Amino acid sequence: MSKEHTLDDNRRQLLIATSVVGGAGVVAAAVPFVASLTPSERAKAAGAPAEADISKLGPGEMMTVEWRGQPVWILRRTEAMLATLEEIEPRLADPNSEKSIQPPYAKNRHRSIKPEYLVVVGICTHLGCSPTAKFAKGEASGISKDWLGGYLCPCHGSQFDLAARVFKGMPAPTNLTVPPHKYLTDTKILIGEDKA
Amino acid sequence: MKNLIVHAKRLLAAALIAPALVFASAEGPQLDKAPLSKDPESLKRGATIFVTTCMACHSASFMRYNKLTEIGFTEDEIKEKLLPPDKKVGDLMTIAMRPQDAKKWFGGVAPPDLTLETRQRNSELGSGADWVYTYLRSFYRDPTRPTGWNNVIFPGAGMPHVFWELQGEQTAKITKNPDGTQSIELVLSKPGTMSPQEYDKMVADLVSFMQWMGEPIAEKRKSIGIWVMIYLAVFFALAYALKKAYWKDVH
Amino acid sequence: MTTKQGLLNWIDERFPLTSTIREHLTEYYAPKNFNFWYYFGSLALLVLVIQIVTGIFLVMHYKPDASLTQSGVPVAFASVEYIMREVPGGWFIRYMHSTGASAFFIVVYLHMFRGLLYGSYRTPRELVWIFGVLIFLALMAEAFMGYLLPWGQMSYWGAQVIINLFSAIPVIGPDLSTVIRGDFVVSDATLNRFFSLHVIAVPLVLLLLVAAHIIALHEVGSNNPDGIEIKKKKDANGRPLDGIPFHPYYTVKDIVGVAGFLIVFFAVLFFAPEGGGYFLEYNNFIPANPMVTPPHIAPVWYFTPFYSILRAVTYPLFGIDAKFWGVVAMGAAVIIIAFLPWLDRAPVKSIRYKGPIYKTALTIFVIAFLILGYLGVLPPTPARTLVSQICAVIYFAFFLLMPWYSKIDPCKPEPERVTWK
Repeated sequence: MSKEHTLDDNRRQLLIATSVVGGAGVVAAAVPFVASLTPSERAKAAGAPAEADISKLGPGEMMTVEWRGQPVWILRRTEAMLATLEEIEPRLADPNSEKSIQPPYAKNRHRSIKPEYLVVVGICTHLGCSPTAKFAKGEASGISKDWLGGYLCPCHGSQFDLAARVFKGMPAPTNLTVPPHKYLTDTKILIGEDKA
Repeated sequence: MKNLIVHAKRLLAAALIAPALVFASAEGPQLDKAPLSKDPESLKRGATIFVTTCMACHSASFMRYNKLTEIGFTEDEIKEKLLPPDKKVGDLMTIAMRPQDAKKWFGGVAPPDLTLETRQRNSELGSGADWVYTYLRSFYRDPTRPTGWNNVIFPGAGMPHVFWELQGEQTAKITKNPDGTQSIELVLSKPGTMSPQEYDKMVADLVSFMQWMGEPIAEKRKSIGIWVMIYLAVFFALAYALKKAYWKDVH
Repeated sequence: MTTKQGLLNWIDERFPLTSTIREHLTEYYAPKNFNFWYYFGSLALLVLVIQIVTGIFLVMHYKPDASLTQSGVPVAFASVEYIMREVPGGWFIRYMHSTGASAFFIVVYLHMFRGLLYGSYRTPRELVWIFGVLIFLALMAEAFMGYLLPWGQMSYWGAQVIINLFSAIPVIGPDLSTVIRGDFVVSDATLNRFFSLHVIAVPLVLLLLVAAHIIALHEVGSNNPDGIEIKKKKDANGRPLDGIPFHPYYTVKDIVGVAGFLIVFFAVLFFAPEGGGYFLEYNNFIPANPMVTPPHIAPVWYFTPFYSILRAVTYPLFGIDAKFWGVVAMGAAVIIIAFLPWLDRAPVKSIRYKGPIYKTALTIFVIAFLILGYLGVLPPTPARTLVSQICAVIYFAFFLLMPWYSKIDPCKPEPERVTWK
């Protein structure tokens, strides 16, 4: 009898079989542990669609609604504001929102269902800060003489226009995200759901 | 030496007989076996009774309304039939009554949360579901109680008989046994809108739902368990063969 | 030289990797006649790993907070139900942890019984044994503090009773139990400190003690069912004739043990996670209520033998009341185990060669221990208290009379080499 163990064919086959089956078991057992790191039912419930009442929103005013723990802005744009959207396009990185995230019904110049109302997630596409509204034009904005109104991210200086489209040469790669939403009535918007 | 062993054996025998005297447990009231159902229709009926009746006073604060889709409701059905107007479908099944107010109104004891009722009522007498099933069918008229009702298996229960219009009124015939205990026999003195069979069926639906609510994962847990057992049997066989293959050197 | 060999050399020059593997696995010679009882050491290690891994994931969701939610349920209790219902896979992780707690004690009790069978505590393994007893003590503390965390009725009242035991100690007792609780009653402060101790302090101590236990074992070598030293008979290369390398022989064998254990473990987890009310007590599905004690409270099953010994002491002594002596008896019942190496005077280690006295004594001891365990679950009656008093006396007599009966026990001669049975 030899004390030195040798790896004969029988052993090799069994070793492989046991390792494979055992490894599969460990992977299967890991599934619930990894799953436990994903959002819970509570987190999903908090992500339920949010209703916004826009009846009291005046022209040129913005309101913020919480949806999935994030700020969603609803901006009621004036005719003057809407007029800037075409003029500013040469200075934008993605004027037609080709690379940006929005439902198909918001892939247009005003990035919304109704031109008047912009609904957008107020989180910068660079590193997740929430930009500040800068609706004043020119010097009064504190940004530049040719500023036409828009948003400025305080963290790294990304600038967005009044349709939340990002300017050229900014840290943010794309326009702000438009969430799925729909009009329940003329004065009620449901954010987070767009199916009929 | 011999003596010591004989003595030890006697001690051992005494230790074995002692349990019969020591471990005999006291007799309690009998529980009826709850005819639990896993049929979605039954569970849905139970859920409807629970939300419309029990939740007038009791919360099920570890449950969400949308969890009821697991027993066959659609979200729209939940919204139409079950959801209070101020709640969203993903909300917890809490109630508006605050516990501290409830304590005042109900004489010091707030109606308990019922999510885990069937799990906490387990005992040597029977399952928690058996207890709830028996409890809801054991109310009887007792003018000495503030609610006018008493219960055979929960004497002095704070809850009145909420289903009395359905079940009718039962009265108790109390007989003293020779050993000092007393037995209670219930007689239906005033019939309700349901026959006793219909009433039992309704309570069974409700208890089936509460059983499900106590651990909604229970059925899935058992079915996963069967696959795990099959897997482990295969793994055990392989591991054993591997051990044999190595140990042929040693033996 | 291959890259793999090169890398290994690079490491070995900086860290004793190869030599550690040799010393503890490939060239650690274990007796070749290990039987069924020798599975429980590696299984205890497995359960320790299970508890640590599941514990890490539970802490991500659990909240040690005794304040009430809007529905009037303690936050801690609600967070456990949150894990059970709302965290994906949470029920599996929680049941693994709760089943693991009971499994830990089953495995450790069997592991300790193995020591009693084959005299594994005898020279030169005294320190292995003492580290083991310390692990058992740490494990009891760990289990006790973990049991408070779900903040159910049994958690609350169990902690209330056990902490009050300390108040029995003369002079400092009452202040001591207040310091342990951090409050005049079991409260949020208690819950928070028990959480800290359960997830950080005691696990660290446990890991250190387990390392010490294994290092000490590998220094002196494993005992075996024959209780003889395999190091006495070596071949020309200095290897024990009756020894085989731990790896691969005992690694493949222990994998079989692991598979067998997991079958039982997962059968409980998937088909009876409450363990008939012993692993998860029914009353613990009721949130802690400091105003109402459940009609009957009992500790979890693994504490009940010692709890029975506590309750068995009903006589005051030297002017100090019985409560204090109960605590002393309970503490002594655990501590006395550590003295076994010096209590056993038999010329042989293994029960295979010990005489009828030890065999009888061990049988009676085990029966008494089981009865104590069973009585600890039941509410006390005068008859039960009497039986537990008898059993408590047997428990201590087994240890205290050992120096005498182990010496007069007619033992058989040990064999020269290990045997197969």
